[in-house]
This record gives sequence, C-alpha cells and structure tokens, in this order.
Amino acid sequence: MNIKLEQLSASSYASITRPQRWSRLLPILPAILFLGFFFIYPVALLLGLSLVDRSGTLGLEHYSHLFEKAVYVKVLLITLKIASWTTVFAILAGYPIAYLLSTVKNNTRNSLVILVLMPFWTSFLVRTFAWIVLLGRHGALNELLLALGIVDAPVRIIFNFTGVMIGMVHALMPLCVLTMMAVMENIDRNLVSAASTLGARGGQAFWRVYFPLSLPGVAAGGMLVFITALGFFITPALLGGARETMIVQVIIFQIHEVLNWGFAGAIAMLLLVSVLVIFFLYDQLLGLSTLSGESAHEQKKGTIGQIGRWLGSGIVNALGYLCEQVGALIDMLMPPRADRARRSGSRITLWIIAMTVIAFLCVPAFFVIPVSFTEEGFLGWPPKGFSLQWYEQVINSPAWAAAAKRSFVVAISSALLGMSIGVPAAFFLARKQFFGKAALFAFLVSPIIMPNIIIAVALFYLYAKLGLVGTNIGLILGHTVLAIPYVVITVMAILKNYDHRLDQAALTLGANKWQTLTRVTLPLLSAGLIASFMFAFIISFDELTIALFVTGGEVTTLPKQMWDDALMRVSPALAALASLLLAFMSFVILVTEYVRRRGLHK
Amino acid sequence: MKKFKLRTLDVRKTYGSVVALEAASIEMNEGEFLTLLGPSGSGKTTLLMAIAGINNPDSGEIWIDGKLATYLPPFKRDLGMVFQNYALFPHMTIFDNIAFPLRMRKMDKTFIHKEIARVLEIVELDHVAKRFPRELSGGQQQRIALARCIVYKPSIILMDEPLGALDKKLRGTLQREIKQLHESLGITVLYVTHDQEEAMVMSNRICVMNDGRIDQIGTPDELYFRPSTIFSADFLGESNLLTAEVLEVKKDGVVILGPAGMTVQGELSGSVNIGEQVKFMVRPESVYTDKAVPSDNSAEGILKEVIVTGQITKYFVKLSDGTEMMSLQLTRREVDKVEIGRPIILSWSKTSTVVLANTAES
Repeated sequence: MNIKLEQLSASSYASITRPQRWSRLLPILPAILFLGFFFIYPVALLLGLSLVDRSGTLGLEHYSHLFEKAVYVKVLLITLKIASWTTVFAILAGYPIAYLLSTVKNNTRNSLVILVLMPFWTSFLVRTFAWIVLLGRHGALNELLLALGIVDAPVRIIFNFTGVMIGMVHALMPLCVLTMMAVMENIDRNLVSAASTLGARGGQAFWRVYFPLSLPGVAAGGMLVFITALGFFITPALLGGARETMIVQVIIFQIHEVLNWGFAGAIAMLLLVSVLVIFFLYDQLLGLSTLSGESAHEQKKGTIGQIGRWLGSGIVNALGYLCEQVGALIDMLMPPRADRARRSGSRITLWIIAMTVIAFLCVPAFFVIPVSFTEEGFLGWPPKGFSLQWYEQVINSPAWAAAAKRSFVVAISSALLGMSIGVPAAFFLARKQFFGKAALFAFLVSPIIMPNIIIAVALFYLYAKLGLVGTNIGLILGHTVLAIPYVVITVMAILKNYDHRLDQAALTLGANKWQTLTRVTLPLLSAGLIASFMFAFIISFDELTIALFVTGGEVTTLPKQMWDDALMRVSPALAALASLLLAFMSFVILVTEYVRRRGLHK
Repeated sequence: MKKFKLRTLDVRKTYGSVVALEAASIEMNEGEFLTLLGPSGSGKTTLLMAIAGINNPDSGEIWIDGKLATYLPPFKRDLGMVFQNYALFPHMTIFDNIAFPLRMRKMDKTFIHKEIARVLEIVELDHVAKRFPRELSGGQQQRIALARCIVYKPSIILMDEPLGALDKKLRGTLQREIKQLHESLGITVLYVTHDQEEAMVMSNRICVMNDGRIDQIGTPDELYFRPSTIFSADFLGESNLLTAEVLEVKKDGVVILGPAGMTVQGELSGSVNIGEQVKFMVRPESVYTDKAVPSDNSAEGILKEVIVTGQITKYFVKLSDGTEMMSLQLTRREVDKVEIGRPIILSWSKTSTVVLANTAES
C-alpha cells in the first residue's frame, strides 16, 4: 500500500508544480490559429485589396466607383428590402410554431421539431428546385388553379419578388423558429398561469406577459434571418428575376466575369459593414446575450431602447385589450360553463396555423419525389407515367459519381477536422473562467455571422496564392471554417447539461486526466458528439458558396454539380438526385435522432 | 347543507395511464388554513392546480363559495395563487407586478396607487416598488408574491410550496409571517407543502396525501397523536412503528403481542380482529429511558447508539429480537453517563400507543 502511494506521488511529481500558462491554453490554440489563418487573414486580405487602386497604389477608387453608379446602391437597397421582408415573414409565420413547440409535451415537440427542421436538413438546392416544380408556369399550383377554374392562364408566381420571398422565407424560417423556441422554452409556464389566476383572460395573459418575455427570441431570430438573408444568392438567382438581383450576385459577377478583385472586395466590405451596423444596433437595443437563448436580464438603457420599450408596451397593451374584448364577446355569446370543460378555441386556431406553416415547410421536399419518376424530359406537374430513367442517368453518370464521392470525402474530413479543433475549444470555453471569454466565443462563432460569400471569395484569393484552388484540401479547410462554430455551439450546449462532478469523482478515484476524459467524459457525451459530427457533416455536404469558388471550376461537389446543371437546364435528373439526397439526409437524421434518444435513455 | 368556502367532490385527474389524483374530496370553512401535505407525486399540486383552474380535472366537482366552478377559467374564480418560484413577471417592476391584478380588474389609477402602498406596507417592503424582481432576494420576492396576491382580496389564497426555495431560517420567519397575515386578514388559505414541520406550524387542519389519494384529514394534533393510517403515522414526525399481533380487543383499547415477546396495551385507530397482524406506533418522545416512571408498557434492550442533535438527544435501543426502538429526550448536561452496550428499559403509556390496522399497503 505504501509503495503504491509512493509510486503515485512520484509519477505525479511533475504535475505538482502549476502548469505553465501557455500549456493551459493548449485546447483553444488550434481553433484560434486555424480561424486566424483560414478566416481572419484571408478576409483581411480581401478587404485590404479594396483599398488598392487599379494602378496599384492605396486609394478609395473602388469605393468611389461603388457609390458613383446608382446600380450598386440600388442593389444594396434591393438586398436590404428582400432581407427585411424575409425577416418579417419568417417571424410572423414562425412565431406560432415556436410558441406551439414550446408549450406542447416533450414527445410531441420532438416529432414536430423534426418536421420543422425538414427544410433545414434538406439540401438547399433541392428545396429551390421543389419550388420551381410547385410554382412554375406548369407547376402543381398553377395546374391546380387552372383545374379549379380560379384562373384562366397560369399565374406568374416565381421568377419575381414573390418567388424570392417564398424561397427565402422557406429556407430561413427554421432558423428563426429554433432561435425563438430557445428563448420561449426558458419562459416559466407558471407566469402565464399566474397571470390568469390574477385575473387576466387568455389573450391578456399572452400579450402582457408571454409576448414581452418572448421578444428577445423574436429579435435574435429576426436578426439571424436578416443577416443570413443579406448573403443569399442561390434563391434570388433561381427563383427571382433580374429585378431581384442581390448584392452577393454582384460580387460573384465581379470575380467570375470581370476578375476585379479590388472592386469585389469593396462590395464585400459594404456587405460586411451592413452586417456589423445591424449587429451594433441589435446589441444596443437588446444585448447579444439573447442570441444564445438566454433572456435579456439587463434592461438596456439609452434613448433608442427607451423609445422602443415605450412603443412596445403601448402595442402590447393595445393587443391585450383587444383580445380581452374579443374574449369577453365570446364569453357573452357562449358563457363558460362551470360544469363542462370548453375546448380552447385559441389553442385549436394555433394548431391550425402552426400546422399550415409546417406543411409549407415540409411539402416542397416531398413534391420532388413523384416528379423524379416522370417519363417526360422536363419538370412538370403532374408527372407522366413511371420511369426510373432519371435515376439510372444520375447513377450511371461518371460526373455525378465523382461529385458524390468528393462530397463525402470532403464532408467527412471537414467534420472530423472541425470536431478535433472545435471540441477542445468548446471544453475550454465551457469549463474555464477567464478574462475575454465572451470575446473569444464571439470570435469562434463569427464565421456563422460572416456572409459565406465573403469567406468564399477571400479563401479563393488566398488559395490562388497557395496553389490550393481546385484541391480537396482547400475545400476541406474552407468547410472546416464553417463547421467549427457549429461544433463549438453544439458541444458547449451538451456540456452545459453535463455534471462536472462526475469528472471530479473519476479524478478522486484515481484516474488521470486522460483516463477521465476517455473513460468517463467522452462516453457520456458520445451521443451529443455524434449529433455534433452529423451537424458538421451536413453543413459541409450541403455547402455551395465556398465550393463554387475554391473548386475553381476544375472539380465539383454534389451541390456545385447541381448548381451548374440547374443553370443550364432543370431536368428531372435533378429531381431524382434531390430525392436520393433527401432519402440520404433523412437516413442521417434518423440515425442521429436514434443515437441521441438512446443516449438519453442511458 | 352547510356552505363551505371551498369544496371538492371526487376530483380525479389522470395523465395518460398515470392516475395523478384519485377521487379527492375536501371541504374548507371560511378563514381556515388547510395544508395539503404529502411526498412529491402524491397529487397535492394536481389538486391545487385543479382548484385554481390551471388544469382541468377529468371528473368530479369543485365548488367555490357555494358556486360550481369545476371548469371555469381561472380569471373567473376569484382565487389568488402564490407559486412555487413566485412567478413574478420578470419584465415588470414590483409596482407593475402588484398592479397587474388591479389593472386586469380595471381599477382606477389612484385606487391602484393606494392599494399598492397598503400591501407593500403590510409586507414591509415599501421601498422596492420601482425595482425589478431579479433585484430582490428570495425572501423579498416571496413577500412581493404574497402582496400581489392579497392586493385584490381574493376569497381564497392557494399556495404551492411557496417557501420551498428558501433557506431554513428564512422559511421559519416567513412561516410565521404568513400565519399572521392569515389571522389578521381572515383569509382562507389552501397550502401545499411536503415539509411536515411546516404543515404542523401553520395549519388549522392538514390533509395528508399519498399516491394520488387523500390519506387522512385532521388537525395537526390529531394527525400527530392519533394518526389513522400507517402512512400518516410514518410521514408526520418521527415514530417507532412496530409489527404486532392482536391478542385481545377491549372496550377501551387493545392488547397486542409486540416484537421480542412484549405485551403492549394501546388505543385503537380503526377496527381490528383478534389474531390479526397490525402495527403500533409510539412517538419517540413518549418513550422514557430507565426512568422510574410507572407505565403501561415497557421493553428491555441494549443501548446501541446515542446522538445529541442539539436540543434533543436520541437513544437507539436494540431489543432482544433485533428490533430497534428510538427514544427522544431533551438534552441535559447532568444526564447520567451514557454507556453504549448497557441494558436499558424503555417505557411508555397506553395512551401514547396507537394501534393501526394493516391496510392495503404494508
């Protein structure tokens, strides 16, 4: 016994002295270095380029050019307009779902969340094609309207503003719903009960108590939607017309067609500044802490906040009063009976609205499937006959096969790399208290907020110098930049629920740090880590923007191949591929969900 | 029929296949303080929520002030409720929180100001009106929750473990404050807790609940000294609960054969037959050690352990068949030297011995 103790103390002698400062930073260093070199550095390079005139001297030529021509300002305004409307619609339609989800039982919520996330997980391009099938001139909706005799000629729904709105709201609403839900879940249900025992009618209790408390979620969701929408180009390009050209499309044009890097940098700068201004305003009004799903505990002081609150409370009180009057009217017509439970009418309405919106989110993905079996050579509704020719074409095509293989290799590699960099960083952030923690967290998740196009263009420029354009390595590194924030966020969320005392118990029981990590911590977190890996995998697998640039047109991934095909001709082969991808994604999600639930049962 | 302030009749509630509450019937008089006491999952909160109108029961009736209210929405019931975590609205100041029920009742501004000043004075927190709930301590938040409840003078106040989140000392203070409020305002209070001491301190009557059922309703005194079920005897306070067999049933009590061959005289709660297996309960503080107190019942054993908890000293005695009994005495310094392992004689009276029939649960 004594001998053992001596051995123990001898072996741990080295760690008796306090570890050096730098070695304690070891877990976070790879993340900082990686993002520093593959994210901050190239973006800074690109923005620096915008300050170099064509003659090679420092100057503001590109910026004066930017504001000289009305077209660029106009494009910026269009971009802001589209993003604003997208935000408004995403919040209006998403709020009922988020409210419903945060008030139903856990089991119901889990199934509904899968439906809400359906578009989130379904390939971006697949969704966009689905809308073309549904809303096109010969699309399902037009056929239906014609058959019902509501219209005489097909209505123009896509390739205009409506089309862009439908596509973008559809694409971004899940993000909005999830963000709002994160805040709503933290609202104490007792507060609404308390309001009603204190004499508030259902509507009053909602508007005066629940709604104001859910506003930070609305603001956070709205801001995420708005910022993401600013960087969109797939939807406006495929579902919009020339009048819906957004700023990113202009950047792409400058680089692909004109090769004017400096000017592209200037536009990127404009986009970035818009994003930062919005962030600043948001932080001033509500504080960034609400983004992580925490309710804003500190009431923001200042004039803007004051006016906002004053306006807000006025609106809320008015709505509450209105609801009370309606409620009183209903009670007058149908007095509540003490001897019989009345089915809550507002609850039923909520379900109907929420399910309609969820249908909007899900249906497009499922519409693609029947179309992929058509015998005809174009995407039309209803599909004619039954044929597997498009599947055969996709599967037998060497181009698709190569793209699929590359997509898998890149997605698995970047998910693994993202995990190996992001997981230690998440552990570090979750467990250590240090000065500048919030800033470091903001830095690690900043690639989410940065419009992807800026990262893509910047990486393209960097890779051109390093000779990484068109290589798998280049793609993997680029996708890892995007994967790291998601890994950090998801792993930190898991760690929040992890009982740190289990580790301490293992340490006191004689395990060293490594044994504690591998025998206790990681096995307990495995389900969450697998989910995090899948998340990172899907992000890379579905990524188009970076792929569009850093592949240099030499090699392709699945989304890039689909994009190229779609620009040339939208054929049922795309629908077939989309169906295959949908099946694959569903499989991945089901496996993730299964693993997660099994993890919960343990 | 007598008019009760609150009356529930066979109120039943299930969640899927789980019966949360089985046919609960209680009656409350005006001005009474009734406590629903039970372990978690015993159905006490379910019953409270049904009375508040937050959860609808599956069947049964709820009468408030002589009017049927089973399925009325909460805002039509004239009830007040204090929630477990206070449920103060975090986005409103203390003033706005307390004003909320008055504004919902469309009171005018000057009246609201006057009333808020009044209740803030009652809870002795008149200086916090402009603050937000998170700026107050737990005890202060609890007082504000009370103020928000009494400000509109509901006819019944429901309280769901209102002191559960507070530390022991503060809990004691607030228990007395709530009790005083109850007495001075003459309000009817239905209180939920799992803390038996709290229930004893505050209530006029206690309703012990177990497994979705009402086990026993009675005054604290009745429940403590004359429990009618094994569960109540065990749940309230500390008890010696021992197995025995009925030897003789007399008019004024029973004679039973206890562990280690002792013959015990006791008083009966319920009815038993000769030869039946029963339990008997005697409170540890009614069991004397070694004293020359003449008593009806006695047992010999070995002193196994002595614990001084402060005011009270606990003696654990092992009887010859291994059964353990406990005796509580006030701690005194001059007490004779305690020797672990020495023989000891325990004695207790017939009146402090309650014989309980073995019900469904053992």
